[in-house]
Amino acid sequence: MNNRGAIDSSQPASRITAYLINHAHVFFSSLGKLYRTPFSSLMTIAVIGIALAFPVGLYVLLQNLQDVSGGWNNATQISLFTKLSTTDQQSADLGHTLRQRPDIASVLVLTRAEAMSEFKSLSGFGEALEVLENNPLPSVLIIRPTSTHSAPDKVRHLVKQLQALPESDIVQLDLKWVERLYTMMEIGQRGIYVIAALLALAVLLTVGNTIRLDIQARRDEIIIIKLIGATNAFIRRPFLYTGFWYGLLGGILAFIMIQISLGLLSDPIQRLAGLYESGFKLHGLLLNEALILTGFSLSLGLIGSWLAVGRHLHEIEPN
Amino acid sequence: MIRFQNLFKRYPGGHEALSDVCFDLDDGEMAFLTGHSGAGKSTLLKIISLIEKPTRGQALLNNINLNRVSKWRVPYLRRNIGIIFQDHRLLNDRTVFDNVALPLIIAGYRHQEIGRRVRAALDKVGLLGKEKQAPVTLSGGEQQRVGIARAVVNKPPLLLADEPTGNLDPELSREIMQLFENFNQVGVSVMIATHDLELIKQMDHRILILNQGRMVSQDRPS
Repeated sequence: MNNRGAIDSSQPASRITAYLINHAHVFFSSLGKLYRTPFSSLMTIAVIGIALAFPVGLYVLLQNLQDVSGGWNNATQISLFTKLSTTDQQSADLGHTLRQRPDIASVLVLTRAEAMSEFKSLSGFGEALEVLENNPLPSVLIIRPTSTHSAPDKVRHLVKQLQALPESDIVQLDLKWVERLYTMMEIGQRGIYVIAALLALAVLLTVGNTIRLDIQARRDEIIIIKLIGATNAFIRRPFLYTGFWYGLLGGILAFIMIQISLGLLSDPIQRLAGLYESGFKLHGLLLNEALILTGFSLSLGLIGSWLAVGRHLHEIEPN
Repeated sequence: MIRFQNLFKRYPGGHEALSDVCFDLDDGEMAFLTGHSGAGKSTLLKIISLIEKPTRGQALLNNINLNRVSKWRVPYLRRNIGIIFQDHRLLNDRTVFDNVALPLIIAGYRHQEIGRRVRAALDKVGLLGKEKQAPVTLSGGEQQRVGIARAVVNKPPLLLADEPTGNLDPELSREIMQLFENFNQVGVSVMIATHDLELIKQMDHRILILNQGRMVSQDRPS
């Protein structure tokens, strides 16, 4: 009977099958090895987790801050002070015209008398103002741009147009603080990137050093299996998978630490937001961000172990 | 199986470990290699097992010129040689079974086949009941048998042993040598480096004698 098609299990499996069998074997056995030395494994994983959780946690907080400030940006308002010669009726008409524009959401008109009474009550100069014979204040139009037109350059364009109106004397826009905030957040973002890069390097070195120590501790074993006919790839594999597991578990730990820390912060932050009459809620990592974090951590683990293995495995030859 | 032609090995620093060595080991032959310490026995075994390269002359293993083996082929050639060490060189953090299975795992055998072959090899060396034990719980003679089982489990055509009885008493040494003869009888070529002249004189195999790096005799005991 022709037996050629059947799998002959007494021979080594085909190269690709043998390769896959070995990968599957090492995939689990390297995890088992970490499990058998829980203390040192956990220390390495914790170092990776903390090093990654720190910059990523800061990043999440910054994202939240940007959400809040996005809300503030919508609150941009422009104050248009009319010339003193403008009558209340003219001001009201102007307000009416401006309300028709697509880039303006609302216009609040304060007549000269209203402006005066508001100034009296807010400034504390009430009595001094009594002395004046004439109302020195112009009427004011408080203009809010629509949210689609609240970006700084568009608002500035609007301001220019308002300035050109015959009725307008001074047009004031308080954008400076928004710009300052944005610049500060940009600095914060850069700072986080720098910290993240340094800590990523630390993770790389931690994994590399752990694997290096592992290689040294198993020096005799490596020599023995080289003599039995193991290829460099075969010897490399368990170390690479160890790095893979360190990275993966470190990434997951970082994710857990971030969520727990945000959980601890969310209550007081919500109370603070309540004091500002804001419904702001702290949000954590999104699913895709969590996946990116884990993938990044996993890559660091692999690269770190690859560097250590490439550097140290060739030094070990039987003699 | 093995052919050395006018082979020289000089180590960096000038020490000449082998000078003008010529010998053959036929397919299926068993031979002993002996000589005083430093005569070059280990160097000769290292050249066959591709740990060292000859300085001059040729070493052939199964008609493959060992001078010209590229680095990546070394592991695959080593799978054709079962090496037995004086100090066993077992992995002490693994069971007897896992130690013996190692060459099969490296070669990529399937799970069931590994179990079958490992038990067959352990049966041949008389350790079938001890597969789950750690090597350190075994006696010196038993550990050496584990080493032998590991060397033969892959069914290599050649066994190389470096002082396999060095630490054993005469009775155990005889048993170990008997084991090598059993493998030789089923067609495996065997080369054993040893000091134990008393023992090998009683056996009917060629004795290769090295003296200061030169092969001075290759005869059977008279």
